[in-house]
Amino acid sequence: MVSHFKKVLTSSIVKKQLMGVTGLLLCGFLLSHMLGNCLMYLGPEAFNTYAYTLTSNKLIYVAEAGLLAIFFTHLGLAIRLTIENNIARPVKYYMKQNSGRGSNFASSTMPYTGLIVLIFIVLHLINFKYGPYYTQAYNNVEMRDLYRVMIEHFASPLNVLWYIFAVLSLGIHVSHGFWSAFQSIGFNHPKYNCILKCTSKAFAIFITLGFSAMPIYCFLQGGH
Amino acid sequence: MRNNTVSMNLNLKIWRQKDGKDKGFIEDYRLDGVSPDMSFLEMLDMLNETLIREGKDPVAFDHDCREGICGMCSLMINGQSHGPEAETTTCQLHMRKFKNGDTIVIEPFRAKAFPVLKDLIVDRSAFDEIIAAGGYVSVNTGNAQDANTLPISKINAELSMDAAACIGCGACVASCKNASAMLFVSAKVSQLSLLPQGQIEAEARVQSMVNKMDELGFGNCTNEAECEASCPKGIDISNIARMNREYLTASVKSQE
Ligand code: FES
Repeated sequence: MVSHFKKVLTSSIVKKQLMGVTGLLLCGFLLSHMLGNCLMYLGPEAFNTYAYTLTSNKLIYVAEAGLLAIFFTHLGLAIRLTIENNIARPVKYYMKQNSGRGSNFASSTMPYTGLIVLIFIVLHLINFKYGPYYTQAYNNVEMRDLYRVMIEHFASPLNVLWYIFAVLSLGIHVSHGFWSAFQSIGFNHPKYNCILKCTSKAFAIFITLGFSAMPIYCFLQGGH
Repeated sequence: MRNNTVSMNLNLKIWRQKDGKDKGFIEDYRLDGVSPDMSFLEMLDMLNETLIREGKDPVAFDHDCREGICGMCSLMINGQSHGPEAETTTCQLHMRKFKNGDTIVIEPFRAKAFPVLKDLIVDRSAFDEIIAAGGYVSVNTGNAQDANTLPISKINAELSMDAAACIGCGACVASCKNASAMLFVSAKVSQLSLLPQGQIEAEARVQSMVNKMDELGFGNCTNEAECEASCPKGIDISNIARMNREYLTASVKSQE
């Protein structure tokens, strides 16, 4: 029983399926994170109250633990698969060319775009979650002024550019990953293949534009 | 179509390797007077005749039917398995696809599971091992039955036939950046599991063939579809998706 379980979990197919499922769950997080952050367009009070409501709920620890587990499964598998795939071809080709009929830029750069996103997430947490702590009170409730942290951070054009670059990498990553997850799980049918591929690209574009608009908006506020 | 070029002069960069232990290297050759109507293998024959006349060791390469059905020929030609043409084996690739004065790089298929034996010949018996692990139907189906005693939907019959077009050449492994054998294994799994005779053992088959594939050191699929693009028989990656879901359900239902 245990050995069967282990064999299944370490099989090339199930590893890819776990990669896909965790990737899709992370896509769900991206969507909620982006939509929630859109409250910043309503001003500091709406945004700060939203952040406060989220973080003051004790369930946030459960949610964060779940997110971390999903994230590290995705990351751990990515590292393992990349190493294994490297071992699978010990002698490299003198010349290797893609046919132009199969892979695309997004699919062949998954480890690199993933790495950029990883670095970005670490910096993102340092800059915001563990960044400067200002407070502000609304209706006598004191809460963190995250809005100010954001405005100050994106007053620098370099921060804006890096953020957009990272989010673009994320979009490229997701544009292949989203469809790829379905293929790994076993969804591939002429009836809906087109919808899957289009949704994958549309979702990637939506996420990229949605996230990129935020630092630009903050930058245009001129640091206040 | 007649090609007006009378003959071509080529620069060849060919992988030479004495045996499995040798490190190997790329050697440059100059070959003049190649006819555009030759197949790629005939061009190599011509080179070998020159080498033999000069008392040198001819270039070892795999081939058999030379009509695109046996899957023996291989070769990475300018970094692509079976060369640049879609759905074409090396033996069916013609020199008219190249230009006079071209430099052509010729290497063996590369994967840990496909060790080089000599020059351009690799050992593809890993594929045989995967087949031996379950790529067959072991129920006795008796004598040929009357037509239509075994109903099979037309769609499944066609999908199975498409998957059965796989000639097991290994181009999918060679062109995959992960050296994954998913297209080959999924074609064999699909070919059998789509038919009633193969369905009885379908669950055990997909598990043992995939486990064998992993054990032999092939890489993990990242859904790039380079395999499909380089497959001389146009095997579709929807077969990989079928194998993915069959493996998952078989693992969940397994009695082990
Ligand atoms: S030699 Fe038989 S397929 Fe090319």
